[in-house]
Amino acid sequence: MSETRFSEETIKVVNSIVSRYPEGKQKSALIPVLHIAQAEFGGWLSSDTMDYVASLLEIKPIEVYEVASFYSMFNLKPVGKCLLEVCHTGPCMLNGAEELVSYLERKLGIKSGETTADGMFTIREVECLGSCGTAPMLQCGRDFHENLTNEKVDALLDKLKAEGKQKSYVDQD
Amino acid sequence: MAGKKILLEHIDVPGINTYEVYRKMGGYRSVEKAIKSMSPDDVVEEVKKSGLRGRGGAGFPTGMKWSFLAKPEGRPRYLVCNADESEPGTFKDRYLMEKIPHALIEGMITSSYALGANTSYIYIRGEYFYVLRILEKAIAEAYANGFLGKNILGSGYDLDLYVHPGAGAYICGEETALLESLEGKRGNPRIKPPFPAVAGLYACPTVVNNVETIAAVAPIVNMGGDEYAKIGVGRSTGTKLISAGGHLNRPGVYEIELGVPVEEFIYSDEYCGGIKNGKKLKAVVAGGSSVPILPANLILKTANNEQRLMSYESLADGGFVSGTMLGSGGFIAFDEDSCIVRNTWNFARFYHHESCGQCSPCREGTGWMEKILHRLEYGHGKMSDIDLLVDVSKKIEGNTICPLGDAAAWPVASAIRHFRDEFEWHVNEPKLCLERNYGISQKHEVVM
Repeated sequence: MSETRFSEETIKVVNSIVSRYPEGKQKSALIPVLHIAQAEFGGWLSSDTMDYVASLLEIKPIEVYEVASFYSMFNLKPVGKCLLEVCHTGPCMLNGAEELVSYLERKLGIKSGETTADGMFTIREVECLGSCGTAPMLQCGRDFHENLTNEKVDALLDKLKAEGKQKSYVDQD
Repeated sequence: MAGKKILLEHIDVPGINTYEVYRKMGGYRSVEKAIKSMSPDDVVEEVKKSGLRGRGGAGFPTGMKWSFLAKPEGRPRYLVCNADESEPGTFKDRYLMEKIPHALIEGMITSSYALGANTSYIYIRGEYFYVLRILEKAIAEAYANGFLGKNILGSGYDLDLYVHPGAGAYICGEETALLESLEGKRGNPRIKPPFPAVAGLYACPTVVNNVETIAAVAPIVNMGGDEYAKIGVGRSTGTKLISAGGHLNRPGVYEIELGVPVEEFIYSDEYCGGIKNGKKLKAVVAGGSSVPILPANLILKTANNEQRLMSYESLADGGFVSGTMLGSGGFIAFDEDSCIVRNTWNFARFYHHESCGQCSPCREGTGWMEKILHRLEYGHGKMSDIDLLVDVSKKIEGNTICPLGDAAAWPVASAIRHFRDEFEWHVNEPKLCLERNYGISQKHEVVM
């Protein structure tokens, strides 16, 4: 495993994020920088990664841990290369979110919350993603996949397998 | 009645997401008008006259909120846009930001000018990070065209605008939790007072407004507050974006003139086009998951048999006995086959998951409600559980630092108020209701 350290280019991005906040308020950059760290260091936040972010922002490691453990988008354990996050809240449930989870479970041979043996996919059920008019849906990395049917799920999984990764927080296009 | 479109007037114009087209369609006029011919206080005055009310859910008069902003010498003031849209049933802000990002940027500039803010932030929920990219692109275009940065339009007024992501937390839609999060902390709401208008971001005077509220400031400045106030009905002035979901033929985001009859909104082809699969309407959650659910008869007509309108006042008619709230405009329709108990459990699970854990009544109570509803739904409930739920909801309501406690209590209390027989049926016929609703074989029970 490579050392937990951003490239010089990423450091420039981090510095420009820090510059958005007043002098001495660099802690404000914590959440955006954690997003970058998670995307660059394998899709989750190890304690090494969190300690590194703490040193970078000149704050205490505990200040990073308490934030990382509060927000649902930060993974404190490894996840698959493609994280399939199915919204299961009210309006999505009314429009087939449970059936969508069942279909993914059958198709990938894992239960919700688990990761496939090849480390490719994780299924996770999440709370409302603001896509209630286009239910059922799932988020994978940056992208929303909406109005899902079994056929659309098949095509999505094939595409993700072929590409080998999801679009992440740091992808610019 | 043809709906008046203000925010979405140009939604179908190709390229409206770009600066060039947005500008050609009259975009950024409010910035020019405000900066060149109005004082900041003049802008605040127009917003007051417009009667605009917060579009995020609380419905508090925006002009009044602005007038509370403290203006101590030598300290910065901030405008923070709340784009943390997370209330189940609500997706209008995402739609507006994605389709017409400059509408928000323009509103941010005009509003920042009115409040004397030189640095403003848009706090957007982390899950919307593809929208964050869209906003950043729009902001870069605004800088390139002299609407942001130093000396805007040669006026001497400076403004920097940044987008800041959250990372998955409903609670950060509460304005003080949002500010904590923006400072790089856990999203724990603050005790008030002091209110953000006095001590907000970095303990400086701060206004936090919803995306749609800020976007509405541009047309208000353009047409004048008095003209805007003529749109709508009574104290519900202007237009509102409604997110329509659930069992509707045409779900989506609709801009309505406040005062459209609920019946027309649900059934007319201009809006939702009726209930899916030709079924009957059973119930509606009119303003996002936290507002009281109403059965079909009470959402279409008030208890006094008057037509119910899509307005702050009409939806609230009857209080919580027979009314509800406009809230964030997250409109969820349930067809005749929907199980109210299952939906109530679903919402209770949401609030339990999203409770920040700071206040005991909410942290513990939301867990209790989820557990009790789960056992009712899965056939292990007792008749006494129904009153126990009401009791727990009453112990949460009003006893927490922030409104999440109320938001968790209301859906449970209202579901039992209007659909008690359905809860009783779950106790009396557990096997029947599981079979009817889901078919036991297909659904695994969630182990708690």
